[in-house]
Amino acid sequence: MRVWIRNGKVVDPVNNSVEEYDIIIEGERVSEIAPRGSFELNSEKIQIIEAGGKLILPGLIDMHTHLREPGYEYKETIASGSLAAAAGGFTSIACMPNTDPPNDCRAVTEFILEQAERANLVRVYPIAAISIGQMGERLTEFGDLKEAGAVGLSDDGRPVVNSELMRRAMEYARFHGLTVISHCEDLYLSEGGVMHEGEISTKIGLPGIPAASEEIMVYRDIALARLTRCPVHIAHVSTAESVDLIRRAKEAGLPVTAETAPHYFSLDHRALIGYNTNAKVNPPLRSETDVEAVKQGLKDGTIDAIATDHAPHSPLEKEVEFDKAAPGMIGLQTALSLAFNLVEEGILSLPEAIAKLSLNPSRILGVEGGRISKGQVADIVMVDHKSRYILGEKEIQSKSKNTPFLGKELLGRVEMTMVGGRIVWQRAG
Amino acid sequence: MGTFSHKDLLGMRQLSVEDINLILETAESLKEISQRDVKKVPTLRGKSIINFFYEPSTRTRTSFEVAAKRLSADTLSLSASTSSMVKGETLIDTARNLQAMNPDLIVLRHSSSGAPHLLAGVMEAGVINAGDGINEHPTQALLDMFTIKEKKGRIEGLEIAIIGDIAHSRVARSNIIGLTKMGASVTVSGPPTMMPLDIHKMGVKVEYDPRKAVEEKDVVMLLRIQLERQSKLLFPTVREYAKFFGINNALVKLAKNDVIIMHPGPMNRGVEIESEVADGPCSVILDQVANGVAVRMAILYLLIGGAKSEGMD
Repeated sequence: MRVWIRNGKVVDPVNNSVEEYDIIIEGERVSEIAPRGSFELNSEKIQIIEAGGKLILPGLIDMHTHLREPGYEYKETIASGSLAAAAGGFTSIACMPNTDPPNDCRAVTEFILEQAERANLVRVYPIAAISIGQMGERLTEFGDLKEAGAVGLSDDGRPVVNSELMRRAMEYARFHGLTVISHCEDLYLSEGGVMHEGEISTKIGLPGIPAASEEIMVYRDIALARLTRCPVHIAHVSTAESVDLIRRAKEAGLPVTAETAPHYFSLDHRALIGYNTNAKVNPPLRSETDVEAVKQGLKDGTIDAIATDHAPHSPLEKEVEFDKAAPGMIGLQTALSLAFNLVEEGILSLPEAIAKLSLNPSRILGVEGGRISKGQVADIVMVDHKSRYILGEKEIQSKSKNTPFLGKELLGRVEMTMVGGRIVWQRAG
Repeated sequence: MGTFSHKDLLGMRQLSVEDINLILETAESLKEISQRDVKKVPTLRGKSIINFFYEPSTRTRTSFEVAAKRLSADTLSLSASTSSMVKGETLIDTARNLQAMNPDLIVLRHSSSGAPHLLAGVMEAGVINAGDGINEHPTQALLDMFTIKEKKGRIEGLEIAIIGDIAHSRVARSNIIGLTKMGASVTVSGPPTMMPLDIHKMGVKVEYDPRKAVEEKDVVMLLRIQLERQSKLLFPTVREYAKFFGINNALVKLAKNDVIIMHPGPMNRGVEIESEVADGPCSVILDQVANGVAVRMAILYLLIGGAKSEGMD
């Protein structure tokens, strides 16, 4: 079966361009890509997708998703998360290990991949735990996990406190070619905190999490990268000083990469006024200054990737007192729209924004995709980038609806998502 | 008399200067009821008020109960240990169940900041915040303001010091919001471990040294030191806190001659306040308690009495 996507504007993050190209797909891969009008219909056995001037993007790659299965299937399953990903334009998602049991051994990694295969929607890449049970004591079997299909390592929300363990993890991970992803948080400093510590926490009387609790650990990981010359990827950067530390580490040639999440450049701590638990997230929404710095970090390349930190929670965890509410928000279906806002604001060019959502994560994790070119996997997304709509619960494909963007206007709609030449999502109507 | 247009009293933040004046004036006219032989008027007859105290409280709960009874409302008390919350019911479910019984007001004390806001969002009944976490305690601030006005004749232009754990005090937060709104000049004092970030953005001066903080003040308000905070490293020992931040007569002398000393209770004698001050001529601590009843009567009346009531006589 051949597919012809025509009259689209193809965004190319490799060459930093947007061109009117037509694409021919054969089986799972792109067989030809050439300027519009290069191809003629010479066979009936071709499916035509008329893009009509819409954007054609390489499938987005989310390097930071929580799928909740096994263990918390009432929040999300690998199938429901995969569908939410497809609906949001993501063709690949890397899922964090904080499930129950955590993904700290081959059996869990294989289970995740089997469930992903059953769901049969998007590519799912497990991130395995650094330490057994995410307890920060003993290393997991990195090599065995990699063979089973893990693409990275992280203890995510239960950060590695022991710097010696972190050092050894980075060193040993390099041998197996795995990326260590660090959730930077000094747990002593953040303990009891539920939002960014600053003017707003003082005014609305919520215990604060200081920016320093992130920055101290960002610096620790950079120091370890300098010591070991092993790569480390800093997850969900949220503060101005973190951006600055990473910028200087990169200038010094250290193998440090970084991501931020859309909420850190779209919302600040004022979103907590009114105690909306959907705006409670870890790291917390920071100050206006931090938001500006994160945008600058995206603009100058300090921050390589935009990752969702998609964190589904049910009303059981969210419709409760603010202190008790679980941190996190879903993000698979809002990330692209929020990145489009950066393009509108002139912070990023369109190809730069798409690079941070596809090409750069593919390079950091070492997975395929991130570009549309001859011979590449046909992971392709069609987007009406001019359409605006109000996000309602019925649009949300995730099992959980916890997002502060509910009821807000979003820019850009995913019309079609294709994974390996197969359409896995098409917008109704 | 003006009108009070709120369904709930969640915090000083939501109140305008006019709202605050209305509450204080209403309290003024209701205070006399507590001096009568028959301390009861029929104003809220047939209204039901649930005192829901998720955190222990003696003073505030009793004060609300007395206030409601003097206005002839039916009251019911729930505490965390007698509610289904110990059985694992969520606050929202408890709220919905209470709502099903159609009360007029819920008075909530809760350990989580924002809990009354959550409750107010799901209940038709009005919600009064009787203290939420480290956020606000608006009825305490209103009774403090009533007491200040009673003793000083005004609030505007007064020099007021608040001393203690500013970061973790809902009394401090509500008073800062209310007093600055009414035009007082507020100085906060306490060890830096107890001073929240960017507190100056709430319109107050910061003076860590209590000796400087009380200088030339009209009002000195002390906060209860929660002894359990020692474990959170906010101060090394009670002895050390008392030595540097406890208020004694020598310190009171640095303030204006007619200074009043306030404390929301319960006091730790010998810690934040010496007995010579608590029981001394400047202390208005028991007046605060008495005024608490009048102020709470005013709030109950304004929220559920109002134009629909049968009048005050």
